[in-house]
Amino acid sequence: MANAALRADINPAPALSPKKAPLAPYPIVIVGHVDHGKSTLIGRLLHDTDSLPEGRLAELKKVSEQRGLHMEWSFLLDALQIERDQGITLDTTRIWFKTAKRPYVIIDAPGHREFLRNMVTGAAAADAAVLVTDAERGISEQTRRHAYLLSLLGVRKVIVAVNKMDLVDHAEDAWKGVAGDVSDYLQKLGIEPLYVIPLSARHGDNIAARSDKMAWYRGPTLLEALDLLTPTAARTEALLRFPIQDVYRKGDTRLAVGRIETGRLKVGDKVEIAPTGQPATVASIDAGKGPVSEARAGQSVAVSFIEDAALNRGQVIAPAGHMPHIATTIRVRAFWLDPESLTAGSRITLRLTTSEHPVVVEKFERLVDVEHLTDGEGSELGQGGIAEIVLRSSAPIAFDHAADLPITGRAGLARGGRIVGGCILLGAATNVTVAGPVTAVNSSVDRDAFEARNGHRGGVVWLTGLSGAGKSTLSMGTQRRLFDDGWRVTVLDGDNLRKGLNKDLGFTPAERLENVRRVAEVAKLMAETGTVVLVSLISPTTELRDLARSIIGDGFHEVWVKADVATCAARDPKGLYAAAQAGKIQQFTGVSAPFETPVNPELVLDTSEMDITTGTELLIAHIRRHLALSQADGHAVGI
Amino acid sequence: MSSTDQHLDHLDQLEAQSIYILREARVRLKRLGLLWSLGKDSNVLIWLCRKAFMGELPFPVAHLDTGLEFPESYEFRNRYAQEWGLNLIKDECPPIEMTDPTLPPGTRIAARKSLGLAAALEKYQFDGLITGIRRDEQATRAKERIFSPRGLDGAWQAAHQPPEFWDQYTIERHPGTHTRVHPLLAWTEVDVWRYIKREEIPLVPLYFAKDGKRFRSLGEIGITFPVDSNASTIDEIIDELETTRTPERAGRSMDHEAEDAFERLRATGYL
Ligand SMILES: Nc1nc2c(ncn2[C@@H]2O[C@H](COP(=O)(O)OP(=O)(O)O)[C@@H](O)[C@H]2O)c(=O)[nH]1
Ligand SMILES: [Mg+2]
Repeated sequence: MANAALRADINPAPALSPKKAPLAPYPIVIVGHVDHGKSTLIGRLLHDTDSLPEGRLAELKKVSEQRGLHMEWSFLLDALQIERDQGITLDTTRIWFKTAKRPYVIIDAPGHREFLRNMVTGAAAADAAVLVTDAERGISEQTRRHAYLLSLLGVRKVIVAVNKMDLVDHAEDAWKGVAGDVSDYLQKLGIEPLYVIPLSARHGDNIAARSDKMAWYRGPTLLEALDLLTPTAARTEALLRFPIQDVYRKGDTRLAVGRIETGRLKVGDKVEIAPTGQPATVASIDAGKGPVSEARAGQSVAVSFIEDAALNRGQVIAPAGHMPHIATTIRVRAFWLDPESLTAGSRITLRLTTSEHPVVVEKFERLVDVEHLTDGEGSELGQGGIAEIVLRSSAPIAFDHAADLPITGRAGLARGGRIVGGCILLGAATNVTVAGPVTAVNSSVDRDAFEARNGHRGGVVWLTGLSGAGKSTLSMGTQRRLFDDGWRVTVLDGDNLRKGLNKDLGFTPAERLENVRRVAEVAKLMAETGTVVLVSLISPTTELRDLARSIIGDGFHEVWVKADVATCAARDPKGLYAAAQAGKIQQFTGVSAPFETPVNPELVLDTSEMDITTGTELLIAHIRRHLALSQADGHAVGI
Repeated sequence: MSSTDQHLDHLDQLEAQSIYILREARVRLKRLGLLWSLGKDSNVLIWLCRKAFMGELPFPVAHLDTGLEFPESYEFRNRYAQEWGLNLIKDECPPIEMTDPTLPPGTRIAARKSLGLAAALEKYQFDGLITGIRRDEQATRAKERIFSPRGLDGAWQAAHQPPEFWDQYTIERHPGTHTRVHPLLAWTEVDVWRYIKREEIPLVPLYFAKDGKRFRSLGEIGITFPVDSNASTIDEIIDELETTRTPERAGRSMDHEAEDAFERLRATGYL
């Protein structure tokens, strides 16, 4: 169980001087299973802190009595007639109050599964949550589902309120039991509960005042716990992400307007516009009060560029060299809020900040069993369900991984203009079998037969590295030697392919992605006929190499042909480095586009330290070891 | 730079969010209109629109006129419609005889606005209406969405609101329906006053105390009443709001005539 719950060292909050600039209210959502006492807790919290407007208490008493109830605190928030008549919260609501330390906005959320859409609406606006659990009934279905959704929504500061302690005689053991269950569950989601507070909402115990009925409890009251919450970190220090919301024209100038989601933007900054990767330089920024030299996360701005860049809603302005990921197939963890289920093959719209992409649900990877946190199989996601699925779009999507940049790593899911779910983005996915009318035709000769005849296995040796690092030289040398030994071996060279198969592609991130996809698909087809395929392609990012790996599967062998930029620029066999450094070539890897070091290559050939013959021998040895059919053959060369 | 400096000031944050909402409305809805009650909130709204749209107001502004506004309010309307270059619609609302006779009397006057609104929707074919309501004003408004779909006749289906999160809004287009857009939903009364002070936004003078009384919420003559107050400057009003326990709409008779009066009004199209 969380030790935090037993912590007794509470620093009293310093009183706020009235002349200070107003603070933004700290948004807290109250979640948990229906009837565990969320609305009551809020009513009581406001009453006990003397925050209710004049006349409100009398009005609540009156409407409670009209319905034959003594004093129904929940009516403070459950304002709709249908809510009061049925005694349940249907929709989320907000109410403001302040302590000596700071203002708060408290968000109430409904606990019924069919109103999960309203719970999500409330919880997504919160920086912290109070998870209310009935001491008598303990952890229940929506306790878990709400906790899971909090983790997906990125609300990681959680206080657990074990409510209705009056029904369990204010006993420490009862509290410990529920506290243990809830804390265990939260910990499995990677959430460490900050405090686990035994309280009684109806009677006001441990809400604003310490209860003498639970003298055994040493931790903070609910009110103290709220004041102990730390503010959320500013989004200013993260990488710049400025999604274009609209494009305005002022005279001859075109302005990209929108809100900076993360990072900062300065006049003179060199940026790239995802997904096309067009370079641009910031000429001016207006944040609502005329021109400024800098703007930051949270501001709505209008920005012009020096270049005559093509600007469109949905594009993302990012720092040069730090574009979002770009892919057409993305793995997501989704929650579904609509009565009509989501199924494989469903067509929906992915809404990522200001961009919209029609997508097809290509595959269900797993359904999450929220009760046991285990994986289930299935291809249908019902209301309130959570699953990992793969979405495919016909156009490239610029996105971030949720773990890196939450705001540009999450998206709404819509159907006909209506929001019906949401998801966090886990990464690019490929190598998925296409759903729909395409049926694969089986080859008449199977791979084993090809390989037996060739005397070696088929496979793809993927040489990645800077232009001029030696990929082509190494692959051509290796091909000749293996051919002479009777191997079936071919080379797919990036430069050559760009003259034919890929001649319609340029060098933007989206086009590099397509380039790699095509080469990987072709290499795979050849490997399936028992051929050793030497691919010589810069493939500068982990994402591109992962794409190739996922298309090719087991037979993929990543080899890093290593040489630093200085070495390659000094060699400059094609004069490209000189041209790139002079600005004549855009997006040149190592000069104006990044090269990400391979994380875990099978083989590294450092050509700035070894000669070509040594490099070739090492590569051949590696290929024999992995692809020769007889073991003896593989050991013959050795390294 | 200290870590707190990284956060935007609270008013800047509210302003940026409202501008984001207004620009989103402009992208997503084709025939927008803004409802101008002549009160402080809708003045802030117009102010924010001019910031969002580079000094202009690219859609009409409608004042649903009951003929029962205070003279100071009409004077204000005529002056600022011109000064701000507004494309002003000022059609007269249908008479009280046309309202639901089962509603309490004060509520019926307010219901004239709902009828006026329905007529304007029909006449100008708006698919989006921007209004200045706030969550802290009233408990059913606290349940509102920023983009709130309205059915036929402007009906609000409180029990069937769509989810709304991560700045993703529902916009469905069915003939005869429209979307209400609420850029000030997250603002509180005191936020509005602080912003008016910071931006020096003009107001109808009735908000400032005279002879120990001022209007805290401005509506029609006969159903809106001044509250006791000596706050005659914005600073004094802000100080008053910091300490008062009286709700903002205390001077609005229709809110107190029946438990569900306001909800019934809203369900049939009222703001
Ligand atoms: N005995 C007891 N009953 C409570 C307590 N807190 C709430 N309740 C009751 O539990 C019921 C459900 O409360 P409500 O606040 O509507 O729950 P919600 O659905 O979680 O918002 C109401 O009848 C409350 O009066 C408590 O601390 N002790
Ligand atoms: Mg409730």
